[in-house]
Amino acid sequence: MRPPGAPVEPGPLPAPPGDRRARLLGGGRPRREGARGVAVAVASTAVFFTAAAVVISRSPGWPAIRAAFFHGGVFVESFPKVLERFGRNVFIFSVAEVLVLVLALVIAVLRTLPGPVFFPLRLLATAYADLFRGVPTILVIALLGFGMPALRLSGVPSSDTFWAIVALVLVYSAYVAEVYRAGIESIHPSQAAAARALGLSRAQSLRYVILPQAVRRVVPPLLNDFIGLQKDSALVAFLGGVTEGLRQAQIIVAATFNFTPYVVLALIYVAITIPMTRLVDWLVARERAQRETGTAL
Amino acid sequence: MSAAGGGGAGTGGARGRRDAVALRLEGVRKSFGPLEVLRGIDLEVGEHEVVCLIGASGSGKSTLLRCMDLLEPIDSGRIVVHGEEITAPGVDVDRVRRRIGIVFQAFNLFPHMTVLRNVTLAPEKVLRKDPREAEAEALALLERFGLADKRDEYPDRLSGGQQQRVAIIRALAMRPDVLLLDEVTSALDPELIAEVLDVIRELARQGMTMVIATHEMGFAREIADRVCFLDGGVILEEGPPERIFSAPREPRTREFLRRIVEAGRL
Repeated sequence: MRPPGAPVEPGPLPAPPGDRRARLLGGGRPRREGARGVAVAVASTAVFFTAAAVVISRSPGWPAIRAAFFHGGVFVESFPKVLERFGRNVFIFSVAEVLVLVLALVIAVLRTLPGPVFFPLRLLATAYADLFRGVPTILVIALLGFGMPALRLSGVPSSDTFWAIVALVLVYSAYVAEVYRAGIESIHPSQAAAARALGLSRAQSLRYVILPQAVRRVVPPLLNDFIGLQKDSALVAFLGGVTEGLRQAQIIVAATFNFTPYVVLALIYVAITIPMTRLVDWLVARERAQRETGTAL
Repeated sequence: MSAAGGGGAGTGGARGRRDAVALRLEGVRKSFGPLEVLRGIDLEVGEHEVVCLIGASGSGKSTLLRCMDLLEPIDSGRIVVHGEEITAPGVDVDRVRRRIGIVFQAFNLFPHMTVLRNVTLAPEKVLRKDPREAEAEALALLERFGLADKRDEYPDRLSGGQQQRVAIIRALAMRPDVLLLDEVTSALDPELIAEVLDVIRELARQGMTMVIATHEMGFAREIADRVCFLDGGVILEEGPPERIFSAPREPRTREFLRRIVEAGRL
């Protein structure tokens, strides 16, 4: 379902996935050779894509593919319907993201509690992270979405949207908690020592000194996880009870025997993901620039 | 303590009087794994007294200071501050640390806060001072030590000397009974050392009780009421600076000072 690229394991921070790409795209590189470089880039891009277009459009199966996946009429007809239903995905992942930010922080803090007294809490938090990082997201959605309403407990919501949000929050909090924890552990212990030496309690030094610095450092990997979450909101289609973007596309595909609605949905996802990835790249570049001026002094 | 015979009393004029004990250490021991860093430290610091800890790197000076602020738990012994044993079980360490200030070699300012916020944070959150009152007091301190114009700067925009002065002010804002200074000039470029030492001189003049770990022997000689030479985790020799620096009794002290002189540091 989801390529396992999105989660960011704890490690040396910041671990900027957009970093290398930003550099390759020319962000912040010397400008003197700029004009010539741009010309070469434009020329090679044009050559590559022209060649690719020629090869693909000359292939024997192309007319059939074009009719099945890039049908102009179906495109125009399905676009507004899929887009409208995609609003449900936006609702699901927006609510989930807010909840993930909070729950993941709680779990991360629990995992960093010191001393034997807090062992049960640490154990629970660790078990939680292990469990929900191990089970495929679609299984969590299926188990909760089909299972919980079937219990028919009074007070337990039966809405697919509700359980989809719960499932996404549970899975992604496990990942984001690790991101937070890596951030917390990347703050040098001397900062905690300085805070505690001033008489701040453990909770106060975490709140005023450690977390503000840690969260700032993990914004890029955190946004990366959110991109994964947004895409995984399509897995809700599996439950069938809520007509979100993918479900709507499936319905039209079934009615028209044409796959163009999938392409429509793919384009919508790309359209909301690209600004997010650019934002991540920009944040990474900005943080690096700040670090460099910081150490230069 | 009178381990080295008549140390402390009578030196440094009126400031040297030992009318009350601010800090007392009894048989303090501390190990890191198999390495015993402190092997039974006895030390008494009077109110308004300035005690300098000297000794080679690794002799335990920093560890001793960190133990005094309970940043490192001690293995055995007692530490008493103004009559209260702070190493007793069940003592509220946060309350103890309010009374003891410590300044580190690497400044450890909070990089995400302005200079002013660095200074006001603890008075506001720990002493529950009114934010405006805390700010007024912080500004008065910054003014006094010539840093008022830096109030809105972030630490990484300041020189090392300025950062260390802010760190000292941050500790002072809590109005500590005792101030511990852990090699506060060791991370500084030579031309920035003087401005930090000036601040410490000023504090000594005003009667701040201080324990100073330092490699600046000239400064220790000038400012200390008493000098303690640490070697191998014990205070091998202590006494007034004139005696320690001009007539050390212990061969180890003599050798340490000879090496310092050869390095041109005294």
